[in-house]
Amino acid sequence: MASVIRGRGIAGGTGTGPLLASSEPISFLGGVDPKTGMVVEPGHPLLGKSVAGCVLFFPHGKGSTVGSYVLYALRHNGKAPAAIVNREAEPIIVVGAIIAGIPMMDQPDPAIDRIPEGTRVTVDGGKGELTCEGELEGH
Amino acid sequence: MQLDAVERAILAGEHGETRQQMMELLVALGKVFGAERMVPIASAQVSGASYKTIGEWGLRWLRGLDARVAVPTVLNPVGMPREGWRDLGISPEFAARQNEVLEAYRKLGVRLECTCTPYYLMRVQYGQHLAWAESSAVAYANSVIGARTNREGGPSALAAAIVGRTPFYGLHDVKHRAPSLVLDVEGAGKAGPIPAVHYGALGSLAGRIAGNRIPFFRGIRPTREEMKALGAAMAATGAVALFHVEGITPDARIFPYDVMALERIPITREEVAGVLKEIPVDAVALGCPHCAPEDLQQIASLLRGKVVRKPLFVFAAAYVMERDPETVLAIRRTGAKVVADTCMVVSPLMEGYRAIMVDSGKALAYVPSMCGAAARLGTREECLREALTENQ
Repeated sequence: MASVIRGRGIAGGTGTGPLLASSEPISFLGGVDPKTGMVVEPGHPLLGKSVAGCVLFFPHGKGSTVGSYVLYALRHNGKAPAAIVNREAEPIIVVGAIIAGIPMMDQPDPAIDRIPEGTRVTVDGGKGELTCEGELEGH
Repeated sequence: MQLDAVERAILAGEHGETRQQMMELLVALGKVFGAERMVPIASAQVSGASYKTIGEWGLRWLRGLDARVAVPTVLNPVGMPREGWRDLGISPEFAARQNEVLEAYRKLGVRLECTCTPYYLMRVQYGQHLAWAESSAVAYANSVIGARTNREGGPSALAAAIVGRTPFYGLHDVKHRAPSLVLDVEGAGKAGPIPAVHYGALGSLAGRIAGNRIPFFRGIRPTREEMKALGAAMAATGAVALFHVEGITPDARIFPYDVMALERIPITREEVAGVLKEIPVDAVALGCPHCAPEDLQQIASLLRGKVVRKPLFVFAAAYVMERDPETVLAIRRTGAKVVADTCMVVSPLMEGYRAIMVDSGKALAYVPSMCGAAARLGTREECLREALTENQ
């Protein structure tokens, strides 16, 4: 039985991958290496992890607007996230997701916090839905 | 969001992939900001024109776009003048990459004017909706002209230019243009009007106080040029995209704003004067934001028959320079450099000086970090007097 987390659709398309969650905002310019997809910002909770192929869940973007182009670079280097989920979308990540063709949603139901890291999930950025296999604890 | 038939067709891809992606971008931003519809725009000004800023991937994205802009569109200043960059010490490698960015914009139908003063190139009317990106141009358009624009990012301004629309939210909506703070400039009238440059100093202070609020000034009667300086400085030290001046700016004259209930903060003449610190300088820069046609004439007239003793840079839009070549030549004959398409803040032209004198509160804010030099604010006349004085 699949569980569905509803939110707001921002950038269309669907993407599937293991959930990678960050409690902290992400600056793509300077914070993520566009060649490898590795988080390189010192002190960041995801430091040393790769965003490539993941469904990346973080509060919102931060830093330079040039970060949008880093998402575009990640896509062309085959290192983009499969989908992005923000708690509250802002222009840097929205623009980046659209120009890079990365499905994106925001304002997910709080139940998203109960999905264990690494769980395979699918985001439909048109509908604003995240689906994971199996029941969520506490449901 | 309510889209009309044309907008729905663009979103469905009936007008090509690029327009579809641009519409997706505008719809997504509209959702984020709570817009209920789109609004047609009269013109666009696109940032993200400098190769130094957008880099290789920004350039690749631009090159991949296949559409023409739907409204008159110009660019923000870039890192070098389009012509004569060799004489100014710009490396051929940088120039080649910069020219590739400009070529990409040209293919999109963007007019290759790189300026922070698009209002000297394009006729802008009260109440028109725009998608402009540069902070001082946005402050001028909203406040001095009474046009309506949010401060756009590079891609969102380009998307609006290509689609000819922008999401209706923020400063497009009259509801969100009312003042939220009163700034009482005290003592301004006592010793005559505040001199022009003091509007840069006033703006430096006012921007820090206002942050991203909409200030309503009382106690001053600035000219359009003075409001240009005021807005540019406030957009640099704060995030002011719209301000009102009692009895002066168009919205303040049209709408009966009730400011009695608003927070009121006094700014004294002494506080404004305190921004003007005298330090020795080894270069002078004018034209932040880019000079008006009258500025060039005034500079030429003040320098007539003289030779500059310190490096003096004057920045203006290429269009403004081309319309008055004799004045430009007259300034250049004094040894000063008159440079188009770029400025002291976004180009490497003014690196390597210890201290630079400027007549702009915006430049005062950016010169230390962008040029690695101390900055001193003075009037236009004081700046030129300094330029005519030998370096110690």
